[in-house]
Amino acid sequence: MAIEVRDVNKSFGTTPVLRDVSVDVASGSLTALLGPSGGGKSTLLRVIAGLEHPDTGTVRISGVDATRLSPQRRNVGFVFQHYAAFKHMTVFRNVAFGLEIRKRPKDEIRRRVMELLELVHLERMADRYPSQLSGGQRQRMALARALAVEPEVLLLDEPFGALDAQVRKELRTWLRRLHDEVHVTTVFVTHDQEEAIEVADTVVVLADGAVEQVGSPSDVYDNPANPFVMRFLGPVTEIGGSLVRPHDIEISTEPRPGGDEASVTRVVRLGFEVRVELLVDGREAWAQVTRGTAEQLALAPGATVHVRPTPGARSLALTGA
Amino acid sequence: MAESGTIDTSTVDTSTVDTSTGTTAQNGTRGVSRYVLRVIAVGYLFFLLVLPVALIVWRTFGDGLGPFVEALTSSSALHAFQVTLVVALWAVALNTVFGVGAALLLVRHDFPGKRLLGAFVDLPMAVSPVVVGLALILLYGRFSPVGGLLESWGLQIIFSTPGMVLATVFVALPLVVRSVVPVLEELGDEQEQAAHTLGASRFQTFLRITLPGIRSALAYGVVLCLARSLGEYGAVAVVSGRLVDQTQTLTLFVEERFQNFDQPAAFAAATALALLAVVTLLLTRLLRPKD
Ligand SMILES: Nc1ncnc2c1ncn2[C@@H]1O[C@H](COP(=O)(O)OP(=O)(O)OP(=O)(O)O)[C@@H](O)[C@H]1O
Ligand SMILES: [Mg+2]
Repeated sequence: MAIEVRDVNKSFGTTPVLRDVSVDVASGSLTALLGPSGGGKSTLLRVIAGLEHPDTGTVRISGVDATRLSPQRRNVGFVFQHYAAFKHMTVFRNVAFGLEIRKRPKDEIRRRVMELLELVHLERMADRYPSQLSGGQRQRMALARALAVEPEVLLLDEPFGALDAQVRKELRTWLRRLHDEVHVTTVFVTHDQEEAIEVADTVVVLADGAVEQVGSPSDVYDNPANPFVMRFLGPVTEIGGSLVRPHDIEISTEPRPGGDEASVTRVVRLGFEVRVELLVDGREAWAQVTRGTAEQLALAPGATVHVRPTPGARSLALTGA
Repeated sequence: MAESGTIDTSTVDTSTVDTSTGTTAQNGTRGVSRYVLRVIAVGYLFFLLVLPVALIVWRTFGDGLGPFVEALTSSSALHAFQVTLVVALWAVALNTVFGVGAALLLVRHDFPGKRLLGAFVDLPMAVSPVVVGLALILLYGRFSPVGGLLESWGLQIIFSTPGMVLATVFVALPLVVRSVVPVLEELGDEQEQAAHTLGASRFQTFLRITLPGIRSALAYGVVLCLARSLGEYGAVAVVSGRLVDQTQTLTLFVEERFQNFDQPAAFAAATALALLAVVTLLLTRLLRPKD
């Protein structure tokens, strides 16, 4: 294990922010810390980096107990949400910083920095100052700077949080490819479930300072441990007292075993998908079907249909609902 | 709450209507009142600042450059220059170190008594320099326990340079701290944390990240502190004992010459002080943090 977090508790004042958090991160993996805002993701990441001290519990990095080590000695790469670029230094000097601190020879520093700038596609920006870069370029510079010291683990706090949707998507794919090239154990924080599922090979769901579930992206999506995780990882709707994904709902004109009668209230076309809003037993629900299905069933407001979860689909019974 | 909110917006509405209907009439009165204000401001500054300084300069150079140079190169004047410089440089050096340290403490650390420290830093603004001088004499004077002890070790504080440095340090204390604190706050600590994770020690981080970040604010504070130190009179007057050719600074020299009816020397030294002030003022203009 590259990182082992054991029973970590952390409070700011009297507010508990991390509660008995234990997480293992496998060497070479790309792990997402996913959860709603204020759930303690940044705090956990900062505890791993040594920027925050846990009240109780331990952190081991590459098998070494790092709980009492200062960030200076942990050899982790940390990329801040707002980049924390050294404003008075050029891109080159930013990336060279860690190597200069380690007193590496000048020509080695030059070679390594140029290598990294190439890796993050900033080789032509070496002499610019951070203020002359776009957000995405600054983010990549921060990444190169963290990678320069060959860290044991790379920690990224909402690496794409401050970027617009388009750049975000590009950088996501790029991060995945970069990780496949560099193979450094990486943990990144996100509150975007799509980002976590697309990029990570392990997802840790954190809410209210506690770990809700750990698993592969398809694991947490298809087999959520509880209604919270199910809701957080994708769209859900409620039929027959169970939580179901809207694309796992079967609509038919004929009654079927295990089905409920429903009336269509609205049909919204979203390109290829069609969103069908329903009233089941007086409760609102919705289903997602393809355009073909919608046309074949001639779905229109006022129509009476029968709905049931697709056989084999994952659904969670809601107790007390 | 909601009710007062609606009343607020309605009053704003009527006032905007008023201005739009009565623009031309208001422009007229506004122009006149603005003109009057300007005359008052200029006149005020003229009688308070420009006229007195101009008079001093006029009296100084009334008989040409010769008497001016002569008055400033007398041995007493040169000695006063030297004392002023020594005291000011020590005070600036000490206040720079303390100022940066205190600013870092106030912005980057949480500790019990932090608000008290913040208040203490501002104290010299409120306390009269004469009081500072008297307090220093009480503590470090020959007949106090502390002063007596130091004197038995051969260290004289009062009526000598250390006391004058202490007095100047005290009166100029807030200047560096108050210039650096806002910039340090705006800089934030993320860059410093990033430097830590990249392997930099606290000291390396301070030298390579924090110091360059506060550089221009620090320079501004240092120049302000220098100006204040060069011009200090009250506290230094009390602790120095005004010993001619020993503890006499330039400001004390001006006063002493004036009392002894040596007006040319007094005016020459006063002009020299004013010129120093102008130079430091220009420096602060150049160094003032842009944003
Ligand atoms: N330095 C601090 N002092 C006091 N409270 C803090 C501090 N840092 C974080 N908190 C509190 O801890 C809780 C968790 O914060 P954290 O930043 O870890 O959340 P997060 O999951 O990263 O949220 P986000 O997605 O909004 O960044 C929040 O309620 C926050 O107010
Ligand atoms: Mg956060």
